Amino acid sequence: MTAAAFQVEAIASSRRKRQTRRRTVLIAATLLLVAMFVLALMLGQSFTPPGNVIRVLLGQDVPGASFTVGKLRLPRAVMSILAGLSFGLAGAAFQIMLRNPLASPDIIGISVGASAAAVFAIVVLSLNGPLVSLFAVLSGLGVALLIYGLSFRNGVAGTRLILVGIGVSAMLESFIAYTLSKAPAWNLQEAMRWLTGSVNGAQLSQALPLLLALLVFGGLLLSRSRDLEALRLGDDMAAALGTDVPRTRALVIFAAVGTIAVATAVTGPISFVAFLSGPIAARMVGAQGSLLIPAALVGAALVLIGDYVGQFLLPGRYPVGVITGALGAPYLIYLIIRVNRTGKSL
Amino acid sequence: MTGRSASLAMNANVTRARAVVPAAHVSTQRRSLWLVVLLAVLALLVAGSIAIGTRDVALEDIWLALSGQVDSIGQAAVSVRIPRTLLAVLAGASLAVAGTIMQGVTRNPLADPGILGVNMGASLAVVVGVVWFNIDSAQAFIWVAIGGAACSAVFVYTIGSLGRGGATPLKLALAGAATSIALSSLVIAFVLGRNDIAGGLRSWQIGGVGGATFERMEHVLPFLAVGFAISLLSARKLNALALGDEMAAGLGERVAWARAAAAFGTVLLCGATTAICGPIGFVGLVVPHLCRLLIGIDHRWLLPFSAITGACLLLLADIVGRIIARPSELDVGIVTAFVGAPFFIWIVRRQRVRDL
Repeated sequence: MTAAAFQVEAIASSRRKRQTRRRTVLIAATLLLVAMFVLALMLGQSFTPPGNVIRVLLGQDVPGASFTVGKLRLPRAVMSILAGLSFGLAGAAFQIMLRNPLASPDIIGISVGASAAAVFAIVVLSLNGPLVSLFAVLSGLGVALLIYGLSFRNGVAGTRLILVGIGVSAMLESFIAYTLSKAPAWNLQEAMRWLTGSVNGAQLSQALPLLLALLVFGGLLLSRSRDLEALRLGDDMAAALGTDVPRTRALVIFAAVGTIAVATAVTGPISFVAFLSGPIAARMVGAQGSLLIPAALVGAALVLIGDYVGQFLLPGRYPVGVITGALGAPYLIYLIIRVNRTGKSL
Repeated sequence: MTGRSASLAMNANVTRARAVVPAAHVSTQRRSLWLVVLLAVLALLVAGSIAIGTRDVALEDIWLALSGQVDSIGQAAVSVRIPRTLLAVLAGASLAVAGTIMQGVTRNPLADPGILGVNMGASLAVVVGVVWFNIDSAQAFIWVAIGGAACSAVFVYTIGSLGRGGATPLKLALAGAATSIALSSLVIAFVLGRNDIAGGLRSWQIGGVGGATFERMEHVLPFLAVGFAISLLSARKLNALALGDEMAAGLGERVAWARAAAAFGTVLLCGATTAICGPIGFVGLVVPHLCRLLIGIDHRWLLPFSAITGACLLLLADIVGRIIARPSELDVGIVTAFVGAPFFIWIVRRQRVRDL
C-alpha cells in the first residue's frame, strides 16, 4: 500500500518535472523567437538601432529607418513568422497523424499541389489575393485525397503513401514548370518562389489573410491535439481511448492542408520547413504533451533564420527555400538510414 | 479402354507440345515484327523531330538545311534540330538501357536512373565541380559526372539494403527518391550562387536536349559506346541473375562480378548522358516495362529493344515539349516526369504489402 502510494507519487513528480521542462522550453522558445524578430528588424545591409525600430513600429516617421524597417524588413519578418508557424504546425500534424516523419506535406506533394494551384490561378486565370488562396486550399485538399486514395490498398501503408506522394509531386512540379513557361514574363525569381519558396517582395497586406487562416485552421488543429496524441499510439489504441478515428483524421487533414495551402499561396512551398520542424521540436520538448505548438515555433524560427542567412550571410542572395532545402537534405538522408536500420517505419 | 485413354493422354501431350513449339516460334516472329515496327516508329519520330518545332519551317527549307545550308532563319532552326534529334536518340537509348539493367540487377521493378538518384548525383557532381574547382572542359564534365553517378549509385544501394530484408524494391525506391530530393536541393543551392554556369539553373535540375551540339556529343560518344558494349555483354548474366543469386551461382555465374560489371556499364551511360543533358527521369522506368510486355523477359532481346524504345520515347517527349508550350518550349525532363510519374505510382500500387 505504501509502496504503491510511493510509486504513484514518483510517477506524478516525474510528470510534473517533464511538464515544467516543457513549459520552460516553450517560454524560452517564444522569447527567443521574439528576439529573433526584433533582430531581423534591426539587422540588414545597415544596422538600425532598437530605439529607431520601436519608433517605426509605433508609426513615427524616422528618416532613413522608416523605409528600410517599415517597408522592407517588417513585411519580410512578419511573413516569415506567419508562414513558418503555418508550415511547422501543419507539418507536425501530418507527421503525428501518419506516425511517420517522412509523411510531411512537403515530401508527399501537398505543398507542391497548393503551389501548382497558386501558379495556375495567378498565371493562367490572372487572379490575386484571397481567390488564389482559396484555389490553393481546394487543390491542396484534392491532392491530399488523391494521394490517400492512390495509396489505399488494404489500408494505407506508410512507405507506399510516401512513394505515391513523391510520384505525384514529380507530376505537379512538371505542371508548375509548364505553367511558368507559358507565363508572359518568365523569371527566375518567380520560378524559385513556386518551386522552393521565398519571402522576397513580401507585403504587409498579405499578412492579414494568412493570420486569419492560421487562427481558424490552426485553432481547429490545436483543438484536436488530444485526439492527435491518441492517434500516435495507433488507430486501434486511439479508438479504444474513445477517439473517433476517421473523423479526427478527416478534420486534421482538412485543417492542416488549409493552413499549409494559404501559406503556400503567398510564399510558395518553403522547402523542408514542415518536414524539419516536428523532429526538431520533439528533440527540444521531449515526448511529453502535444508537439503542435513547439513545432510551429520551430518552423517560424527556421524561416526567419533561413531568410536572414540567405540574404546576408552568404555570397550572393538566396531565397529562403534554398537555405532550408540545403539544411533539410542531409537530415532527410539521415532519417532514411535510421528508418531502414531499425526496420520500422517509425 | 486403357489404350484409348492412354492415346488420348498422348494426344493431349502432343497438342500441348505443339502449342508450346509454335508459341516459341511465333515469339521470334513477334520479336522481329516488333523490331520492324519500332524501327519504323523511330524513323518517323526522327523525321518528325527535324520537321516539327517551335517555328514552322517550309519543307524545302528543311531539305536545304539537311544538306548543310543555313541561310534563312528556318534553315538555321532546322540545323539546330539535327544535333538535338541525335542527342535525344542517344540519351533515350542510354537511359532506357541503364534502367533495364538496374531493374535486372536489383530485381526491382521501380528502378530507374532518375528515381534512384543516380542522375541527380551526376548533376550535383558537375555543379560542384564547376563552382568549387572551376572545371570547364567537356571531358572533365563527363568524368566528374560519371564519378558522381557512381557515388550516388553505391550510396543509394547501401542505404536501401540496410536493415532486415535487404534491398527490397520499396526500400530502395524510397532511399533513391529521398536522395534525389536531397541532392536536387543542393543543386539549387550551388547553382543559384553562380548565374554564369553553363545553361543556368534549370538545365542541371531538369534535363533537356535543347543545347545539343555535335561538338559536345563527340566527347560523350566513346563513353556511351563502352557503356552500351558492357551492357549488351552482360545480357546473359542478367538472365542468370533473374533466377536468383543462388541459382545464378549454380549456373556458374560469378554473381558479385556480374553485378559490378553491369552496374559499371549503367554508371557510364547515366553519367555521360547527364553530363550533356542534365538529369532526365522516368525513361528508364517506363521503357523496360513496355518492352517486357512486347517481347518477354530475355535480356538479350530486351536490351536492344529498350534502346530503340527509349530513343522513341525521348524523341516523342521532346517533340511534345516543343509543341505544347509554344512560343517557348518545355525541357524534355518535364515531359517525361509528367508521363512517367503516373506509371511509377501504378507500379508502387502493385507492390505487395509484404514489402512495406
